[in-house]
Amino acid sequence: MSTAEAIPRIGLTARVLSKFGLNGRALVIAVPLLWLTVFFLIPFLVVAKISFSEAMIARPPYAPLWEYGENGEFIWNAQLGNYSYLWEDSLYVNSYLSSIKIAGISTIFALLVGYPMAYYIARAEEPKRTLLLLLVILPFWTSFLLRVYAWIGFLKSNGVINNILMSLGIINEPIVMLQTDFAVYLGIVYTYLPFMILPLYANLVKLDSSLLEASGDLGAKPATTFFLITLPLSMPGVIAGCMLVFIPAIGEFVIPSLLGGPDTLMIGKVLWNEFFSNRDWPVASAVAIAMLALLVIPIMVLRRAQGAENAHV
Amino acid sequence: MAKQAVAADTRPWADPTAIPFIRIKNITKKFGDFTAVNNVSLDIYRSELFCLLGGSGCGKSTLLRMLAGFETPTSGTIEIDGQDMSNVAPYDRPTNMMFQSYALFPHMSVEKNVAYGLLRDGVAKEECAARVAEMLKLVKLGDFAKRKPHQLSGGQRQRVALARSLIKKPKLLLLDEPLGALDKKLREETQFELVKIQESLGVTFIVVTHDQEEAMTLSTRIGVMNAGEIVQVDEPRNVYEEPNSRFVADFVGSVNLFEGEVDAGAADKLRITAPNSGGDIIVDPVAGLKAKQKVWVAIRPEKIRLTRENPKGLANERQGVVEEVAYMGDISVYKVHLDNGAVIKVTEPNITYVDNPIKWDEHVWLSWSSSDGVVLTQ
Repeated sequence: MSTAEAIPRIGLTARVLSKFGLNGRALVIAVPLLWLTVFFLIPFLVVAKISFSEAMIARPPYAPLWEYGENGEFIWNAQLGNYSYLWEDSLYVNSYLSSIKIAGISTIFALLVGYPMAYYIARAEEPKRTLLLLLVILPFWTSFLLRVYAWIGFLKSNGVINNILMSLGIINEPIVMLQTDFAVYLGIVYTYLPFMILPLYANLVKLDSSLLEASGDLGAKPATTFFLITLPLSMPGVIAGCMLVFIPAIGEFVIPSLLGGPDTLMIGKVLWNEFFSNRDWPVASAVAIAMLALLVIPIMVLRRAQGAENAHV
Repeated sequence: MAKQAVAADTRPWADPTAIPFIRIKNITKKFGDFTAVNNVSLDIYRSELFCLLGGSGCGKSTLLRMLAGFETPTSGTIEIDGQDMSNVAPYDRPTNMMFQSYALFPHMSVEKNVAYGLLRDGVAKEECAARVAEMLKLVKLGDFAKRKPHQLSGGQRQRVALARSLIKKPKLLLLDEPLGALDKKLREETQFELVKIQESLGVTFIVVTHDQEEAMTLSTRIGVMNAGEIVQVDEPRNVYEEPNSRFVADFVGSVNLFEGEVDAGAADKLRITAPNSGGDIIVDPVAGLKAKQKVWVAIRPEKIRLTRENPKGLANERQGVVEEVAYMGDISVYKVHLDNGAVIKVTEPNITYVDNPIKWDEHVWLSWSSSDGVVLTQ
């Protein structure tokens, strides 16, 4: 047997790639890495850069971060003025706080509505379970914007809800629902409910029913079993669901714009105004970066906590 | 100190005046069209260690789950200690269950798992801690109180599950394949430990198992189940020596079964014509058999003697050629091919032929006495 036969056969592509130190594993990792770099990291750096610039009437509407003077000397224009401005003008701080409040309350409601639904689906028998899951995902087949618009038709003063209530004689005057915080909560809970249900379902469906039987067998009534066994064991699902609702809800722009009133303060709306109405790109960028920092820090803390817990479980 | 009488010595089931502790009356459980448990009636006495033995899908686990209250019987009643259980929720029953998967709460330490049942009953913290410590000592897990279930070995988890189900001192402990997940060595050790604990606590145990050896070792009585019905209830020895049907003879231990016909023979011995056993089989007389009745004869492999010469003197003898030998250490299993084509399984302790073992293709004699064959009518 010649030695040539003993060498494993490698395709041409693999041989060429290996010349550059690439193998299959590196390639598989490279694709998402490239994607994230081009579409996430670079735009982020651009936004970060703009947030340190000064606004000016130009195109693009901000001063360059650095330039060369008449004598070719390097001039560094970076400044933190945009960030200190966020702190000085109470509008921004209030919008942040209000966003957190609205997103937080919506998340709690989504959890209260979504948990029983996820639990019921997870405990349903097979053909029914698939159907129920399909129904949860079904709204995604229609445009999000259309669905939010549809809520206007329901909530407005001569909308579906008010008309029904008035024709039944329950109320005499239409209830003002549209352009209130209530409408915003409703819109967020409605829109993000599937994101709460799906991770909860994925968690609850794995829950070993013999644990619940064991708890009952040891004398725990169903409610006790829920709070001592089901809920603690579903915490990863609860956290994942809450994150998936809370994080996008904080930056939500469409729902407060369409359903909320002029008093509804949300950072997404402020950012939009800053960017498109005010054309103050640097401040808008600073708002975005500050929001990111606001979200990333608690997420990282949470992940650390979860990681520490997983090490034990 | 006088030695406490153990359950096996008292044998309440042999006493017609004894009052059963658990009365299962005509229990049937249907899942849709499928009948999992079919009209089962069973009496179990206080401090018994009763084994429900059967293959998978025979309804033994369903019966156990009905005792625990996880399944509602389609018809029939269950009484525990004179109390009808029909409308009693699992959390109010005087029973505890040890699950096949152990079902330990993964987010709680060993200590908390064991304390769970006591705390649900509102037992005070100090008393609870003391009882948990005592129970963990009983199952030899005192050093593992703070561990989480995933940090334990299979055997340790099994003991946590046992401790958790015993801590409330239930009137009745239900064990679903308690040793199923353990390896053979550990299983054998644990079997004896289980019996010891049961005897020291005096709790009534009902054990579900598919392992006939486990049932033999553990139980005071065995209930053999097949296709949702109880086929035989008896002490382990009787189930093995006097099976009441082909199913039981075959399921419990290994057996040679021959179909035959009753021949009106001599008065003191019964002759069964069983052509596929290589001739007639002589057994001790059995009451209630008619001439020409179709019967089966069950002969345990260890009852048959395997010799090179004609042993003479035993009621039944056959000749054949050794077809297969399986060496098991303590014994060997031989399959002997008779002249008429029948194959008989025989086991012989290896010590019998230690110097000159019987090998393949050797011509051998098989023989057994008239008391070794059990006549079965079903």
